[in-house]
Amino acid sequence: MAADALNDTQAREPTFYLVEDEHHHEAGGSTLLGFWIYLMSDALIFATLFATFGVLSTAYAGGPIPREIFSLPLVALNTAILLVSSITYGFAMIAMQEGRLGGTKLWLIVTGLLGAAFVGIELFEFAELIHEGATPQRSAFLSAFFTLVATHGLHVTFGIIWLVVMLFQLNQRGLHPENQRRLQCLSMFWHFLDVVWIGVFTFVYLLGVLR
Amino acid sequence: MTDATHDAAHGHGAPHASRRTYVIGFLLSVVLTAVPFWLVMTATLDATTTGVLIVAAAIVQILVHTVCFLHVNTQSEGGWTLMAYIFTAVLVLIVIAGSLWIMFHLNTNMMPMVDARSS
Repeated sequence: MAADALNDTQAREPTFYLVEDEHHHEAGGSTLLGFWIYLMSDALIFATLFATFGVLSTAYAGGPIPREIFSLPLVALNTAILLVSSITYGFAMIAMQEGRLGGTKLWLIVTGLLGAAFVGIELFEFAELIHEGATPQRSAFLSAFFTLVATHGLHVTFGIIWLVVMLFQLNQRGLHPENQRRLQCLSMFWHFLDVVWIGVFTFVYLLGVLR
Repeated sequence: MTDATHDAAHGHGAPHASRRTYVIGFLLSVVLTAVPFWLVMTATLDATTTGVLIVAAAIVQILVHTVCFLHVNTQSEGGWTLMAYIFTAVLVLIVIAGSLWIMFHLNTNMMPMVDARSS
């Protein structure tokens, strides 16, 4: 009887682990959580850059001040572009959930073009600044500004590259579960960059011009 | 139990991303972006009030994006995304507020030297 019970538990034990294993496998969402943890660590990188900018934001070294060099209409345009790209990505995710491959690709392309416009305008802004002599070497304020804003721009650039790769993936393989998971990760990445941009336009541009 | 975990893991993507959530989030963000830009570009209010208002708008907008676009809630991934988010928010605040606080005092103490160099 006792031995029977022991056997019974032993027999049940592996089943328990099997269930655990299966759970890990089918969760697949551990990728999403892992990617989320990466985004949170990325947020810390931006936090240090924001802190550096905050400390150095008035270290002009006799150079240009924000009010002289920042063009708010341009920043407003860029903000609008990024904001619209957020909702177009959202529409891509909805199309993905409804299993519409064409719609997903279309909205992804729109998002990618908006992202490219954002990076393009940012590069134009940088070129203008450097042309006016407001280079990263000019003052600590400008070094911190270029580091923070360019790090964000670089993230957007990599987001666009990822997006283009996903378009190829979708073309070849369609909306299989792996691609859906990848698109969800990219969705988090894209929306996260929009959140960082809220900090940039508020603390760098708007508060800078107010000073 | 496994079912619940499975549902929670699944719940992260599919059911939460609705067109309605995205549109509401987008409309709120448009307002929360347009008002700060308008305040600064027209200089309707004095600088201090404007500063407080645009920082408040930014904080609200970050929360709107987190809920409507990033779909962070108490259910997703069994609450772990929310925990990681809160933890990160605390760290971000410590890093930024701490740096500004310490460096401001250091700057104040360094003032005489800065003056000596510039004169």
